[in-house]
Amino acid sequence: MRRLFFAIPILIVLVLGGFLLWGLNPNRDPSAIPSVLISQPVPEFQLQPVEGVDRPGLSTVDLAQAGDVVVVNVFASWCVPCRAEHAVLTRMVQQDGVRLMGINYKDKPADARGWLEDLGNPYERIGSDLKGRAGIEWGISGVPETFIIGADGVVLFRYVGPIIGPDAETKFLRALEQAQAMVGGRS
Amino acid sequence: MIKKLLIAMSVFLSMTAFAFAVEPDEILDNPVLEARARALSKQVRCVVCQNQDIDSSNAGVARDLRILVRERLTAGDSDADVLAYLVARYGDYVLFKPPWKPSTYALWLAPGAMILFGGLAVVFVLTGPRRRRKPTDKLSDADEIEIAEIIRKNTVEN
Repeated sequence: MRRLFFAIPILIVLVLGGFLLWGLNPNRDPSAIPSVLISQPVPEFQLQPVEGVDRPGLSTVDLAQAGDVVVVNVFASWCVPCRAEHAVLTRMVQQDGVRLMGINYKDKPADARGWLEDLGNPYERIGSDLKGRAGIEWGISGVPETFIIGADGVVLFRYVGPIIGPDAETKFLRALEQAQAMVGGRS
Repeated sequence: MIKKLLIAMSVFLSMTAFAFAVEPDEILDNPVLEARARALSKQVRCVVCQNQDIDSSNAGVARDLRILVRERLTAGDSDADVLAYLVARYGDYVLFKPPWKPSTYALWLAPGAMILFGGLAVVFVLTGPRRRRKPTDKLSDADEIEIAEIIRKNTVEN
């Protein structure tokens, strides 16, 4: 009993030390917000197409009935990292056959049109979220953000920030492969 | 002169009270709803500038959320409904006050447990067995005999 009593401080130090070690891990991002959307169905939203861009709008139904793994990218012409990410997304669409949907977040249609004409349009559908209301439904905190939606319309993965650089790309593509493997396993 | 200065200062200070992030076009006509909206906004974390509430944040998303809170209140939602609506989209993280549920038990209970444990440790140290042994003014018989022996030896040698 007495020996057990003396073990308590050691136990406390171990627990506290473990916690601090976890907290000091340089790979941990303390400002990362866990998404509530993961493993949930796609949120309810309905967006009109961007004026002057020949792509249909985007709504919940399009994602729930896509019948395929789909990537949803929230972007804007005023967002500088989006410009860099655009090249990565375009490459994924062209080389890996990724199905890419866009949510044009709080952007003027004319600006978005110019941006897409300038850089190219890899998006299958683009919804125009003028007021940012769909963005709230998706729980985004900024642009760009990218989601992977399973074939059954369930959100599987969320990437906050631009997918730029080998680390980010590897992480994203791995998640995408897992999502596609789920489809293959089921059919 | 001093009086004028004081008046001028109080006028300027009262003006700063309005210099919040909430913009005039957001404020509701109904003062009761507006007061509720302000109170709620202070409990909701801005997801961009993470240590600010949406009431005092100038971020775009914070403004959208403030407008959303006011829309929900005007639509007849209760305060709890509004918070539930936000939590459904952004998670518990948007609340400055974490809810009481299994994953937060440790968070809520740890401070109390630490105070309790520390208090017990203090009580134990102050009143524990070491302190309870009171000094007496009498020696045990064995000690008396030993001391008598020492005294006897010394006196004989001198």
